[in-house]
Amino acid sequence: MATEALALDGIDALYGDSHVLHSVTFSLQEGHVLALLGRNGAGKTTCMNAIIGFLPARKGEIRVFGERVGRLSPEAIARKGVGLVPQGRRVFPTLTVKENLIVAARGKNQLDHVFELFPRLKERTEQHAGSLSGGEQQMLAIGRALMGNPRVLLMDEPSEGLAPLIVAEVGRTIARLKAEGQSIVLVEQNVKLAFDLADEVAILNTGRVAFAGPASAARDNESLITQHLGVF
Amino acid sequence: MRFWIGALLLAIAAGALAVSGVNEYFFFAAYVVITYIVLATAWNILGGYAGYVNFGTPAFFGSGAYAAVVLFQALGAPLVVQIAAGTAMGAALGFGVGVMTLRLRGIFFAIATVAVVFIMETLMINWRYVGGATGLQLQRPEVMAPFATYARMLFFVMTVMAIAAVGIARYIQTSWVGRGLRAVRDSEEAAEANGVPTLKLKLIACVVSGGLMGAAGAPMPMYLSFIEPASTFSLNYAIGALAAPMIGGTIHWLGPVIGAIVLASLQQIVTVTISGEMNVLVVGVLLVLFVVLAPDGILGLFKRWLKSSSR
Repeated sequence: MATEALALDGIDALYGDSHVLHSVTFSLQEGHVLALLGRNGAGKTTCMNAIIGFLPARKGEIRVFGERVGRLSPEAIARKGVGLVPQGRRVFPTLTVKENLIVAARGKNQLDHVFELFPRLKERTEQHAGSLSGGEQQMLAIGRALMGNPRVLLMDEPSEGLAPLIVAEVGRTIARLKAEGQSIVLVEQNVKLAFDLADEVAILNTGRVAFAGPASAARDNESLITQHLGVF
Repeated sequence: MRFWIGALLLAIAAGALAVSGVNEYFFFAAYVVITYIVLATAWNILGGYAGYVNFGTPAFFGSGAYAAVVLFQALGAPLVVQIAAGTAMGAALGFGVGVMTLRLRGIFFAIATVAVVFIMETLMINWRYVGGATGLQLQRPEVMAPFATYARMLFFVMTVMAIAAVGIARYIQTSWVGRGLRAVRDSEEAAEANGVPTLKLKLIACVVSGGLMGAAGAPMPMYLSFIEPASTFSLNYAIGALAAPMIGGTIHWLGPVIGAIVLASLQQIVTVTISGEMNVLVVGVLLVLFVVLAPDGILGLFKRWLKSSSR
């Protein structure tokens, strides 16, 4: 049986008094891609925030390779092997491309690997990240997360706001990372991209898990998709 | 290497100047300017690199000054020991304040640092041993050869201290500490999520910054032959230490140095030629002008000029 890379078990999360996540449960197997889908406001990013520790879960348990990480700080969770590609990229604009990567480096040196994945970054090592295009910033955000040798990679809407050609490139990158054995949680609005890559799918609706299971089962379930995603 | 050769030459020049026949007033004025170089450089380590605005400069500066006075009163400690004690005191205060406040962000951190100034001032006002609110006259010891007067010696000591401070700031800027601090300034959440040890880095910055401010304050009582709480914990130090990097430029170690030289020299000139009250106005006006017209400071203006002239 495959190892469980990441598990959310009955997670409740609140912003102040507003109850956002209700007993959210899903898990990601090692080497798989899990697509976390849902409409705007369904709680996808909140899930990411709970996993990385920005919004500690009020109830429930989060495990990374069997180890509970619920009470740790974001920095400590990152050091346990959770890498985040944040929504909106959030690269460090006044740092150069190389500094953006080095500042997040931990463990085995991944610089060559990142430059091999994104040759465009290698051409711009001394450029300030703020002057990169949106697509390049997305590549940098992914590269930065990889520098920490993550065992679980969280990607929050990596295709957001990018041109179709760049979205395809991001898709190929994710496919390649998956082929290399990287465990990935992919939050996406681009349902097609998500279904192309995912082994498993979890669909959120108003903070509750509406579906969790194999991607193939969700893909063919039209009523599920229309009801909870309303697109496709 | 070039930096350190330059630093050595500067120190030798300052030493030569201090034993030359230059007017005594120059050393009195230059001492204040150089103090501001140290304070601005120290402030910039946390405020410029990490973007954590610290209004608590007088607390660190004053704690250094009072540490020196206590040692001088109790043991007749020499200047070097006083400075070491001031540094240790400033660093310890930096650690304490850092642990308590660095979890706060933005405006909350700034407010907390203001509170520290008033706490320190109140403590000193109520401590009889160091003179309480009325202050304490200090009898300077004999000046050391080859310096003819105490002001000349302090000028030289302060120059060496400023060189050391700038050297430390420069090291931090280019090392992993500076890289991490700049990541914190750009996006603290993204830094945390990528495993950058944000709290540790901010603490290091706060301790180093506080230590340097304490060091800058330590010789002050000997410079004035006097100490009292109101002027030692004056918020003018907070404004000056913050304004100089803003005016010079916060992203490079050279910025606070340029800013402090420009600002403090101008203040000295205004104090002598117009009035002591006007010099505070100078800081305010310059600060507003730079924040509005040149947010990247003199260094930013220079960079822009370089770019446009190379075209």
